[in-house]
Amino acid sequence: MEFETVIGLEVHVELNTNTKIFCSCKTSFGDPPNTHVCPVCTGQPGSLPVLNERAVDMAVKAALALHCQINQDCKFDRKNYFYPDLPKGYQISQFDQPIGEHGYLEIDVHGDRKRIGITRLHLEEDAGKSQHAADGSHTLVDYNRTGVPLIEIVSEPDIRTPEEARLYLEGIREMMHYCDVSDCRMEEGSLRCDANISLRPVGQQEFGLKTELKNINSFRFVQKGLEYEEQRQREILAVGGEVVQETRRFDDVSQTTLTMRSKEEAHDYRYFPEPDLVGLHIDDAWLARVRATLPELPMEKRDRYIRQYQLPAYDAGVLTSDLAIGEYFEAVVAAGADAKSASNWVMGDLLGYLNGRSEGIAATPVAAVELAELIAFIAADRVSIKQGKDVFKVMCETGKDAKTVIREAGMEQISDMSTLLPLVDAVLASNPKSVQDFLGGKEKALGALVGQLMKATQGQANPGVVNQLLRDRLNALKAVE
Amino acid sequence: MGKPYTVKQMLVSMASGDTQPSDWTQHSLGIIENTDDKIGAFLQVNGEQALQRAHQLDDQAAHWRASLSTTGATTQGLFGIPYALKDNMCTKGMGTTAASQILANYIPPYSATVAEKLTQANGVMLGKTNLDEFAMGSSTEHSAFQKTHNPYNLNRVPGGSSGGSAAAVAAGMVPFALGSDTGGSIRQPAAFCGVVGLKPTYGRVSRFGLIAFASSLDQIGPLTQTVEDAALVLQYISGPDPLDSTSAPTVTEDFTRLLTGEVKGLRIGIVRDISAVGMDPQVMTAVDKAVAVLAGAGAQVVDVALPHSAYAVASYYLVAPAEASSNLARYDGVRYGRRVEGETLLDMYERTRSEGFGMEVKRRIMIGTYALSSGYYDAYYKRAQQMRTLIRQDFDEAFQKCDVIAMPTTPSPAFAFEEKSANPLQLYLDDIFTVPANLAGLPGINVPCGMSNEGLPMGLQLLGKAFDESTLLQVAHGYEQLRGFTMPSPHGLEG
Repeated sequence: MEFETVIGLEVHVELNTNTKIFCSCKTSFGDPPNTHVCPVCTGQPGSLPVLNERAVDMAVKAALALHCQINQDCKFDRKNYFYPDLPKGYQISQFDQPIGEHGYLEIDVHGDRKRIGITRLHLEEDAGKSQHAADGSHTLVDYNRTGVPLIEIVSEPDIRTPEEARLYLEGIREMMHYCDVSDCRMEEGSLRCDANISLRPVGQQEFGLKTELKNINSFRFVQKGLEYEEQRQREILAVGGEVVQETRRFDDVSQTTLTMRSKEEAHDYRYFPEPDLVGLHIDDAWLARVRATLPELPMEKRDRYIRQYQLPAYDAGVLTSDLAIGEYFEAVVAAGADAKSASNWVMGDLLGYLNGRSEGIAATPVAAVELAELIAFIAADRVSIKQGKDVFKVMCETGKDAKTVIREAGMEQISDMSTLLPLVDAVLASNPKSVQDFLGGKEKALGALVGQLMKATQGQANPGVVNQLLRDRLNALKAVE
Repeated sequence: MGKPYTVKQMLVSMASGDTQPSDWTQHSLGIIENTDDKIGAFLQVNGEQALQRAHQLDDQAAHWRASLSTTGATTQGLFGIPYALKDNMCTKGMGTTAASQILANYIPPYSATVAEKLTQANGVMLGKTNLDEFAMGSSTEHSAFQKTHNPYNLNRVPGGSSGGSAAAVAAGMVPFALGSDTGGSIRQPAAFCGVVGLKPTYGRVSRFGLIAFASSLDQIGPLTQTVEDAALVLQYISGPDPLDSTSAPTVTEDFTRLLTGEVKGLRIGIVRDISAVGMDPQVMTAVDKAVAVLAGAGAQVVDVALPHSAYAVASYYLVAPAEASSNLARYDGVRYGRRVEGETLLDMYERTRSEGFGMEVKRRIMIGTYALSSGYYDAYYKRAQQMRTLIRQDFDEAFQKCDVIAMPTTPSPAFAFEEKSANPLQLYLDDIFTVPANLAGLPGINVPCGMSNEGLPMGLQLLGKAFDESTLLQVAHGYEQLRGFTMPSPHGLEG
């Protein structure tokens, strides 16, 4: 029997506000434990939450970017459960009125564009971090992360392959970067992903029994874990078995998934409206204010690059994968460079150089106008492409502009005829043998003459121009004979 | 024992230069010293710190008097006035227990907004008063630490949950104390102890730093000797608070401005369709008489209906425990308060909470957890919230026809210790007159309206429109001036 895979993702994204969602503690990551805490975020008796409106701005922005409908009147609810990293014994979240609903994200799968539905996007507070002693004797809790604003983005079960799941997750990250609402670092936990996966016979409407995959800590493992789980379920179903509905975790050492807990241990969270907060009303002016901050979204930009700059889809994809890369590329074009050349330089030499140093486009040592200038040198045949690459390296290392580097290296090609003609005549005069050979029909002799001229100019002569000048002179001699 | 001094009397005396702050703090500490071993109102008295503060204020007294003479005011601030806080209001660096074992050693790292405001008003905090554990109860018998006795009869309860605050004011230990009222916890002990108790409109006073019982119902208010004192204290504890999202964006007003003694033309609503099981006819008679006094002074008495008040107690005992079950989840032994170690995390939680909480608190956590459970939420919590809306609408309609509503505060005067502890449901039903105001978020006040045959105070309750404490205080004050008797001093301490 053939099976179809059905996957849905729940993604948690930490918003990059300066302060926490319900108090004024800082949200910075990596500081000593329990240094960003106060009575509110440690759940002291009598403390009360006050909503950080910047978190609402960011959640709305993310929801708009994901094409969600915004619930302008919504509320917060308490999700009740006991755990040491949850100071109040409940998490303030949104239950039946999420800030955004009915959205979608588009992904490109092998050249085809696919729309993945987004069921809901809601705002909530993060919990702290527990550190369990290896011998099980004790647990330490760090409350720095408690109260950091999170959005939870729940997809429709529209994803059909583990690869699509990875592309979707990468798409979410790209979107959050575009909106500047999160740095989405999976390894720091600012983007977290849980996946639901089930298989069903092709053609069947009802979903099969699903498992939930938790603790996935890299984009690669999302795909790997789901591929493993897909195969595991397929093997069970192939022999007529039944998948156990449970929560599993991906173990990156064994590259397999393992049981975490079965469904019977599922919680009753006893959701009810948070009485310490008033209803959240996002009026039209507020919504418009946030909407005005939305950038051009990645897919729109991708399409525009293909249309406006006649770039291949691959180039458009790379250049729009990051807001800053796109901005840089467009600045290079705006400074006069040809779009395809600009794309080649940005994708190849520039990103290659930055990737090698694990740095982003923001760290570029070559400003867009400087790259455009280098491209102009090449376009004008003043340096060769090969020389241009050397020049670029030096620009990166020294911070000097193209003109300076070329001049200092004496690299500029000599294409000027008034400079080259006397040299051509000199070479012809001092190499009568080669001249005779050429006139005698030996085409190859031309190469030797070009070589002589290049030697005479220490390689700076423009080979194309030199070639043409020599040929013109020799043909003239031929005609005389 | 003489008639206790009021806030106003102390201010006037200090304004004239006859007394200074430390005199009153010493006076209060003296009464506490002499009587509180019999009453048990205080869980903690911080005499040394209070005296130190009072002496600081002595040094500023001349300056304060000068500022009065330039403004023409007689009562700027609560300068040098000794007071007490119910021990569910956080005080930085000073133990705050909510009368629970689970917080027996808890020292808050911050102060409640009301405590900050009273400090700014130059009041002198003497200590923290007893209550039913986490404010759950109406007799203060559920305190994990001690009983508080009714100053009018030491064999009777002071009411609750603000029983310590009510008893402290009744016995003259402090001229005012703050209490909190979730379902009557200011008004009911005020009635039992023969003092004035005001529950302001929900949102009038910041809840920041009040250890939560039921967040959508809790409200802090004053217990005082007189209505005028209640208005004075409200002046200094109310107002919007950026730290409490549910505090209302009100503008400053002078709550004493309508205290003229005049009630002519005001409409007093009376409710004929609200009744309690075990209603003491003496109380009903006293309340009828009080309404007659107001009518005699020109107030107009009109009939109003509160048809859904029959469901108020049932709704209250779903909403309040539901919120409490969640509010009290933080007492888990992890970060502060009492911890009882266990083999596993779950074991630690169970032991901590089993030993840390008393019976009544556990009962309410269980009721609330059940009411919020999957499959029961719609039938219980949600319907109770819907009933709240209907009750609020009843009041909206009633207040079309009247300015304040009059009814008893309690069905009967103070009961004896353990008299009602065997039947919690009966005790819950006694809240019939007080819970509607909490469910609807309205202000309510208890004013003593007579003494029962057994020599116990009885209370008139007046309810007002949301954020119209001024009119409510006007009627309460008018009645107080017109009632034609003075409350006898607490005789429980005599002989």
